[in-house]
Amino acid sequence: MTSLIRELTFPLLAVFAAFLVGALVILAIGDNPVEVYRILLSSAFSFRDALGNFTFDNWGYTLFYATPLIFTGLAVALAFKCGLLNIGAEGQLYVGAFAAAWAGITFPGLPGIILIPFCMICAIAAASFWGAIPGVLKARFGAHEVINTIMLNFIAVGILSYLVQRHYKAQGDPIMQTTEIAEQARIARFHTLLAPIGINFPERIPLNLAFLLALLTCAAYYFFLWRTKWGYELRATGSSAKAAEYGGISVRRQIILAMAISGGLAGMVGINEVLGYRYRYYHDFSANYGFTGIAVALLGRGHPVGIILSAILFGALIRGGLFVDIFSDHVSKDLVQVLQGIIILFVACEAFFRWLVARRSYAR
Amino acid sequence: MLGDILNFTLIASTIRLATPIILAALGGLYSERGGVINIALEGIMLAGAFTAAAVTVFTHSPWIGLLAAILAGILVGAVHGVATIIYRADQVVCGTAINILFLGVPALLSGALFDSTGATPQLPRDQVLPDTAIFNPQTSPVMASIFNQKPIVYIALMTVAVSYYVLYYTRFGLRLRAAGENPEAADTAGISVVRTRMTGVLVSGALAAMGGAYLSIGQNSLFTRNMTAGRGFIALAALIFGKWDPVGAFLACLFFGLAEAIAIRMQGTVNIPNQFIQIIPYVLTIVVLAGLIRRATPPRSIGVPYVKELR
Repeated sequence: MTSLIRELTFPLLAVFAAFLVGALVILAIGDNPVEVYRILLSSAFSFRDALGNFTFDNWGYTLFYATPLIFTGLAVALAFKCGLLNIGAEGQLYVGAFAAAWAGITFPGLPGIILIPFCMICAIAAASFWGAIPGVLKARFGAHEVINTIMLNFIAVGILSYLVQRHYKAQGDPIMQTTEIAEQARIARFHTLLAPIGINFPERIPLNLAFLLALLTCAAYYFFLWRTKWGYELRATGSSAKAAEYGGISVRRQIILAMAISGGLAGMVGINEVLGYRYRYYHDFSANYGFTGIAVALLGRGHPVGIILSAILFGALIRGGLFVDIFSDHVSKDLVQVLQGIIILFVACEAFFRWLVARRSYAR
Repeated sequence: MLGDILNFTLIASTIRLATPIILAALGGLYSERGGVINIALEGIMLAGAFTAAAVTVFTHSPWIGLLAAILAGILVGAVHGVATIIYRADQVVCGTAINILFLGVPALLSGALFDSTGATPQLPRDQVLPDTAIFNPQTSPVMASIFNQKPIVYIALMTVAVSYYVLYYTRFGLRLRAAGENPEAADTAGISVVRTRMTGVLVSGALAAMGGAYLSIGQNSLFTRNMTAGRGFIALAALIFGKWDPVGAFLACLFFGLAEAIAIRMQGTVNIPNQFIQIIPYVLTIVVLAGLIRRATPPRSIGVPYVKELR
């Protein structure tokens, strides 16, 4: 229990401190922080709408926005367990999303029961490949994965923008998006899932099967890392590459494996985005999900439950930000980005908080 | 048709396009040679670009705007420095935080200050940085188009030479390199690793912010949302491609600037997808880092916080 409290203290402190700094920013801009935060949180976490009627909208959208963040959070966390910093989830998720759309567009004749898993596998495989590139470069040439993942983000966006523009766009479509995937490649939304048990979950809310898949993936992540030999080897490499090498683990293989799995996890964002939401690949769809994944992983301390909770927090910020944009006088939804940045900064500066806490207890 | 692409104005636009990345890359140099990874260059450039434009709107002087941008850059650099050097935050994570932060801050502030959706108001022509009048455009139009550039262009070129001198021929440069290669030895020799690295990061902020200011009050006359469009990362790429050397980074920036200039010209004329030219810098960086052309070796202690040994 005490260890749980200790685990929770720093993340909560970081979030609290970030909201505090955010409040100062809101004050400086000329709005009331209490009011802005009330709008932000109630529009994300309340079952009542402005008129006091019951609604699924707030939680539904919060969880919908949390879904890609669970995937990217897991992606970053898994690489981190192997001692690697995957800044490339952003590029990997684009590759995954495009691959899902490609499969859904190219094989319209397949029945859904085959096409849906095939689209998912394409998303995961393509993104795994994209993630494995910096892994191979590090294992083979010792090139730093951070720089390479950053570069590969831009390369992915460049290549995909070319593919969409020249090959997969509907004729004359001014928007950078592919044509629609086959009808039967779509996965069920919560509307369809909950209808049989008599719950009327509005169809407009795009929360879909991918959210449940994300939760399942969290369980798989836990099982893999802490209950299998491969997971153990991966973590051993992360805590001490040298010791792992002496213990007979091939560090190079672990690095490639970790980056490939990490990429695959990021690519699963495409399942939510393409198969569950837009039913096509829309260029530029990601609201920095890959980078927010870093925040999710750090705040969740690499633990699946922590990752789910922090993904919901950041999902709520995205949802609530839209309402802050509309209902506050001066503050725009960009506040969310600012809060995100400050949270990461504070989480990164854990040593600062440790020092603060240590000094306080020393003074006592 | 080749003549349409290769002419004197190409040189001019290469220099123009290279300037912001030269400044940011040199900024990165001071930080990284001291041992602090700076992927926050993008965020610092955005901070500089926004501050320059916003301050110019209020003071009507681009020079004050430029000065304010430099101060803003130093401030953001200080955040990166304090977090990573003093509190030993992960340098990459901290840089990412700053990048995310400054996607939001300028948009948030311009919404509040100018009631806009993320841009500053357009500045009148006489309130952006003027061209340096070296040649008379009437009598020698070609020379004027190449040499009559914004003052920041010349500041950037001078900074290349100064940086080369500082890095290899001054005491500070030696200390900076020592802090980046072998901080233990530097410490033993009585050099304050913390102070040296911090200075490097602050200079880094000032230069990158100046690069950003060039975009908003030099090349353009307003700040727009995410106007750096990845230039901070191109600068990072140039720094690596130039093997963490001022002259190398400068040449890499010129090359990337040329690639961009050609890409802009080719739009609509040649049927090579623009996107393929845009990704050249990134591909080259990967190739160089892997040692496939000519290996780029980073400073030995880059990314490692320095912890003074306890007695």
